[in-house]
Amino acid sequence: MDHPSTTSKATAAIVGPGNIGTDLMYKLLRSPHIEPRWMIGVDPDSEGLKRAASEGLEASAEGVDWLLGQPELPDIVFEATSAYVHVRNAPKYREAGIRAVDLTPAARGPFVVPPANLLEHIDEMNVNMVTCGGQATIPMVYAVSRVVPVDYAEIVATVSSASAGPGTRQNIDEFTRTTSKAVEVIGGATKGKAIIILNPAEPPLMMRDTIYCSIPLDADTDAIDASIRSVAAEVATYVPGYHLVADPQFDVPFGNTGRGRVAVFLEVEGAGDFLPPYAGNLDIMTAAATKVGNEIAQRIATKEAV
Amino acid sequence: MPYSDTLDVRVTDTCLRDGSHAKHHQFTEDEVRSIVRALDDAGMPVIEVTHGDGLGGSSYNYGFSLVDEQVLMKAAVDEAHNAKIAALMLPGLGVKDDISAAHDVGVSVIRIATHCTEADISEQHFKMARELGLETVGFLMMAHTVGPEVLATQARIMADAGCQCVYVVDSAGAMILDDVTDRVSAVVAELGDDAQVGFHGHENLSLSLANTILAIRAGAVQVDGSTRRFGAGSGNTSCEALAAVTERLGICTGLDVLKMVDVAEDVVRPVMESECVLDRLAITMGYAGVYSSFLKHAFRAAERYDVSGAEILMECGRRHLVGGQEDQIIQIAATLAQGS
Repeated sequence: MDHPSTTSKATAAIVGPGNIGTDLMYKLLRSPHIEPRWMIGVDPDSEGLKRAASEGLEASAEGVDWLLGQPELPDIVFEATSAYVHVRNAPKYREAGIRAVDLTPAARGPFVVPPANLLEHIDEMNVNMVTCGGQATIPMVYAVSRVVPVDYAEIVATVSSASAGPGTRQNIDEFTRTTSKAVEVIGGATKGKAIIILNPAEPPLMMRDTIYCSIPLDADTDAIDASIRSVAAEVATYVPGYHLVADPQFDVPFGNTGRGRVAVFLEVEGAGDFLPPYAGNLDIMTAAATKVGNEIAQRIATKEAV
Repeated sequence: MPYSDTLDVRVTDTCLRDGSHAKHHQFTEDEVRSIVRALDDAGMPVIEVTHGDGLGGSSYNYGFSLVDEQVLMKAAVDEAHNAKIAALMLPGLGVKDDISAAHDVGVSVIRIATHCTEADISEQHFKMARELGLETVGFLMMAHTVGPEVLATQARIMADAGCQCVYVVDSAGAMILDDVTDRVSAVVAELGDDAQVGFHGHENLSLSLANTILAIRAGAVQVDGSTRRFGAGSGNTSCEALAAVTERLGICTGLDVLKMVDVAEDVVRPVMESECVLDRLAITMGYAGVYSSFLKHAFRAAERYDVSGAEILMECGRRHLVGGQEDQIIQIAATLAQGS
């Protein structure tokens, strides 16, 4: 056998050969648990399909129906199209018994943000990676809410215009809605709010994220500070460019609100696998999806072994 | 071509929206009622009432509203007999549901704002607003940062999405005379009869009224002002001065000059915490090309961290911050404080 290791790896298809799909492919090619075998698009002239073919993947412009008509089906499909497309595809994957990791804001399956709930939904047929802003900021909301009750959390994600593709632009409401919801469900805030800003500066800016959490007046700010730093370090294990750009800022009390506030300031530098380092927003999405995919692949391998 | 059969130019007063920045978003319902009543009586055709950062703007990042925006917009609609009530929204901050909610309380003009290079994030909102029967206005913010050709291309995206009037928005009060003429002319040439063109100025370099007149001469048929210049930074084009100047120039706006100066002095001024002045920070904003609503945030951060407000604003300019990035002001101030 030329590739003895591949037999123990889970096979994967990436649907959507755009920037996200291509960046994800490079990460999966390095995975010890996943073999990316198919890249699926709809445009025969797609650069992403050509790139995938040159990396040895089977690239098809004939869409998901082609993939599902193959004699061998993938164990896992990574959806990197758009919310609209995934809504149509999700039932097809489910019917075919294929596990789906959804990188669009479609939110058909439960949200997964690794430091907060990596394993909670690991056996679900469809999991959703929220949004890039969600992957960057929800770990911080979680870091605060595991120490004190957070009745309100607000995140501001600023990404370079160059890194915001047509999907994000056409679905900007879906981004804010899905992210706010996940700030609540996964972040642990009673109420969440999300704001996204596109900045066209040249050279493009790194992704910047600010997380504000409302905290009780008697909160142990040292414990919150430590929790924030520890979760940030955990995220940095899979997104090396994830780091605080200032100390967490505590305002206790905050104005006359009767509550205190902590503000966390982050920068996310991308790994530069395919997308340039400024596109930390896309890198954190593909890195988190790879992390979740690896866990699913190991589960599949364990089950097959039994 | 004039705005309509009766008006050469239609003025929108934005003191109850842009002024919200200067008021830390603390408008009461009574204040809104009294200002709308008085402006309506003075012939103001459109009055914008929203949180300074638009629908859904009440937040840590921009400041929490004292009174829910629905209540304020509803009060404005109640008081306006002739004036239309407008609301602002920024995609990425507000969502389509906010537009529906504004429509439900009687708002009839929706103004959808994006940074001047990001018009395509507004397409779904324009489409939906038109379906609701709202009059639509598009704001290309920070328009000083790009040239006339880019602005015209972006204006075309908005117009094609259903925007009926695209505004060239000098958010930083950084445009100087010909900058306005060149940009408005380019957008007018691009849009032709497909959509109108407007101009929104700020006073940071003391040019808002002159810039507004140049915009009108270049073909803008809608312009913004704020009575008593009540707005972000050192405020907007003075509506009462605009009323006087346009009348002298033979440009019909329908505004009653003597009533407008009374509204400014007797109704709007008492609602303001202080006059909008051309002070050190305001001029720095125009000079550095910084979004006007950063002013109060920079002032507060400078006090909180004991650093220079002007230095914060210059750094905002260096980082090419766009509207909405108020969070970075705290980070800049905290970093300046850590470094000193």
